[in-house]
Formats: sequence, C-alpha cells, structure tokens
Amino acid sequence: MDIFLDPFFQRALVGGVLIGVTAPLIGIFLVLRRLSMIGDTLSHVSIAGVALGMLVGVYPLGMGLVFALAASFAIEKLRKEYKTYAELSIAIIMSAGIALATLFFSLGRGFNISVSGYLFGNIYTLDRLDLLLVGIVTAVTVLFVSCNFKEMFLLFFDEEAAAVSGLPIRFYNVAVTMLTALVISAAIKIVGALLVSSLVTIPVAASLRLAKSFKHSVILAVLFSELAVVFGLVLAAWFNLAPGATVVLLLIAFLLLTFLVKRNLRV
Amino acid sequence: MDTSFLNQAERVLCHDPIISLEDVCFSYEGMKVIERLNFVARERDFVGLAGSNGAGKTTLLKMLVGLLKPESGQIKLFGTPLAAFRDWQRVGYVPQKSNFNPLFPATVSEVVTSGLYNRSTIFKRVGAAEKRKCSAALEALDISALAGRKIGQLSGGQQQRAFLARALVGSPELLILDEPTVGVDVETQDSFVRLLTHLHQHHHLTFLIVTHDREMLASFLGSEPAQTAGRLKFYVKHSHAPEDCEVAELSHGGDE
Repeated sequence: MDIFLDPFFQRALVGGVLIGVTAPLIGIFLVLRRLSMIGDTLSHVSIAGVALGMLVGVYPLGMGLVFALAASFAIEKLRKEYKTYAELSIAIIMSAGIALATLFFSLGRGFNISVSGYLFGNIYTLDRLDLLLVGIVTAVTVLFVSCNFKEMFLLFFDEEAAAVSGLPIRFYNVAVTMLTALVISAAIKIVGALLVSSLVTIPVAASLRLAKSFKHSVILAVLFSELAVVFGLVLAAWFNLAPGATVVLLLIAFLLLTFLVKRNLRV
Repeated sequence: MDTSFLNQAERVLCHDPIISLEDVCFSYEGMKVIERLNFVARERDFVGLAGSNGAGKTTLLKMLVGLLKPESGQIKLFGTPLAAFRDWQRVGYVPQKSNFNPLFPATVSEVVTSGLYNRSTIFKRVGAAEKRKCSAALEALDISALAGRKIGQLSGGQQQRAFLARALVGSPELLILDEPTVGVDVETQDSFVRLLTHLHQHHHLTFLIVTHDREMLASFLGSEPAQTAGRLKFYVKHSHAPEDCEVAELSHGGDE
C-alpha cells in the first residue's frame, strides 16, 4: 500500500503511537480519582486557545497548551473552593472554554475550516513541530509517571495515607494537573477536541474490567489504546475513514469485548 | 503469630511523650469543635478516644497527622513540633474504612507495600527487602493467602487486616486508627481487638484509637476515661507500671 510510505501517514502513526501511550497513562489516574470528565473540559478550553492562536498568529497548538494549563490550575483552585462538588469546577471551566472558543471563532470567520481540524482531529495534518510537541509531552509524562509510580499509586489510592507518610501531596497534585493539560492539548490534533477524553478514559474503562492488579491495569490500558490507535489508523487509511473516529470506535469495540470475555470467564 | 519484624532498637527512656497536645483549639466554620485541649500520650500507652458524633475525634486525628492545622496551640509528635516533624515512617495510620475507592484495582500486597513509601523512598525501587517486609506483615496478620486478591473484593474484616498490615509494615512506633471496627461483625471485631492488644503487649507501639466499641473500652481500657475534654473522652491503658521501666523485655515468651 502506498499510503504507508506516505510521510503524512508515517507522521500520523508516530504521533498516534506516542499519544497512545500517554493518554491512558495519565487517564488511569484521572479515572480513579473520578475526574474522567476533566479531559473534555481541558480540550474545550484548549480549542479556545487554538482559536486565539490563529486569530493573533501564534502557533495554535502551543496557545492551546497554555490555555489548558491555565484551565487545569483554575480547576484545582475551584475544586478546593467547592470542596465536595469537584464536578462543579469542571462544569464551570468547560462553559468558560466553550464560550471563549465561540467568541474567538466569531471574531475570525476566515479560519473556520482549519479550526474544524482541531475539533474533529486531523492526524494527517501533523507537522514536524506538532510531532516534536507530542514527543516532548510523551517523554515528560512517561518519565514522570515511571519515576513516581509508587508515590502516585499511594496518592490516588488513599490521599490521606499519602499525606501522612509525608509525601509532597501538593507537588504531585499540581504535577498531575499540568501533565493532564499537556497530554490533552497534545492529543487534540490527533483525535480532535471532541474525542480526546475517549482516549484518556475508554482504554482505562476496558482495562479496569480485566486487571488483576494496579500495575496490570496500567499495562492493559496502554495495550488497548495502542492496539486501537495502530489498527484504527491503518483501517482509516485503507477505507478512507475519519481517523480519530475510527480509533475511538475501535476502543469502544474493545470495551464491549471485555464485557463478553469477562462473562465467559465467570461462567 | 510472628510479628518479630516489628521489634525495634531498645529505648533508653520509657515514658517519653509520644503525642503532646498543648492548648489545641480548632473551629469549623465558626463553631468551636476543640477548645484548649491538653493531652499527653506516653510511650506504649494504649489510648482509646471516644465521644459523640461531632465531638472532634476525627478532627483531632487529622490534626495529629498533619491533614488539618490547629487554630492555635501546639501539637508535638515524639517531642518534635508538628511543623518540623519529618519522621513520618514512625507513624502508622489507618483511616476510616470508607476512604478508599472499592473499585480501585489494587492487590492486597500492592496496598500493604505502599505503607513503606515516604519522602525518603522517592525515586527508589521496591526491592527484595520491601517484598520481605510486605510478606512478613501479611503473615503477621494472617492474610498471606489474600496477597494477590484485589482489595475491593475482600470482606470488611479482611480489608481491616490489610490496612492494619499497611500501617505496620514500616515498623512504626505510633499507630493511629480511626474507628477500625466500624462495619464488621462482632466476631471479627473481637479477633481484631485481640490482635491489637497482643501488639500492644508485645511490641514497642503506642496506640491511639478512635472507637465506639464500648466493650473494648470497658474490658480493656477501664470504664472511666482518664481525661475528659469537652465531649472528647480519653481512655488510657499503659502496658506496665511506671516503676517497671527497666523490664523492657518484649519477647513473645511461649505465647501463641
């Protein structure tokens, strides 16, 4: 197949494989903290950043990343403000993001077409700079999680116990928040802002059904997401489908499969 | 029961204060919860903390482990003011049962080993020594067979033992438990209390336990609180008479 030799496809594949590792890696921590929806919020705010970037002529993905970072801190701040209503902070920031994005869109009607690439994802438009950004985000995330794996396990399993054992809780919470913003904004060009959170949550949802331990669940989540990304991109190229959507639908198929497998194992 | 992994270096002094509270006050949204509380728990004391709902029991525990800051007054652990206290591996803490997500995919041994993680182990790998400590703690609490099971699939009593194993795995000197016997059946409660009293008699441990268990309070800690402050009642039992300090022999003898 010629398409596999196409540099656009190769860049897409590399970008997809990189995000395929990071998204579930950070996702498992978010899901276990009941913050699955944070991905959606950050991606919508990120889109506002992308739109502003296009409006003022700054690298859109970079601007999106800055917006996502700012939003992640705002969420943390609001989460403390409304202690028991963690989801309220997510809803507030999500609305702010969509409102801002809409405002910026209306200011620059000319770039509507390229914005849709960020909304629905357009992995074939990944350029070298995008790939570099995704590569750096992946390296930072993988390095951080592998160096602090046991501390993060304790923090997310039992935050109080982690605090009592003297771990720098605030540092870890801020770090995870920042990493989340990085991963989400790096992923929006690949699957699109509307589907980013699926890459963060569905592999984890599938792995949680089968995992025998925490380590096992992390490995399984990354495995599911990689399988979906690689096969999804190949299928999309072959049949000329929307790549982001194909990847996400494959993930959903895997999730359904885990339901079947689990049922058969139990009987 | 082999709890030999808990034995620590011998102390020179016997009655060092482990927990000291000096004029500690705490209010929650303008309501005074704890007012000018003074209390000292000494080495190897077994302190039962009782009081009605809202008396400030959990608030006090959270202040002790640094999760909440007192409004005024001072808290010391092992003679060090809390702000400067860094030896958190000397403290084992078992929070209320409801604190963890039952769907979390962690195994019992992952949970127990996590009791060894602290500020000084960041960037260090879990090696053979940690695995040994974990299996010793599992063995001591008689849950070795559950090592590979997921924590959310265990019964209440088994979870309780797993969390106690996590608190003990780092060989702490102070053990803080928040209502450890809530939500488990009477039989399991009894065996848990026996386990705690055994640990108290044979190991270098000081206990602070929040409990509603009247039977434990009455039969083990006596019917009268040693100190009452506001609605908080402190029941205290020492492991031996003050004059027997030299007899620091903690061996198990022939028992069990």
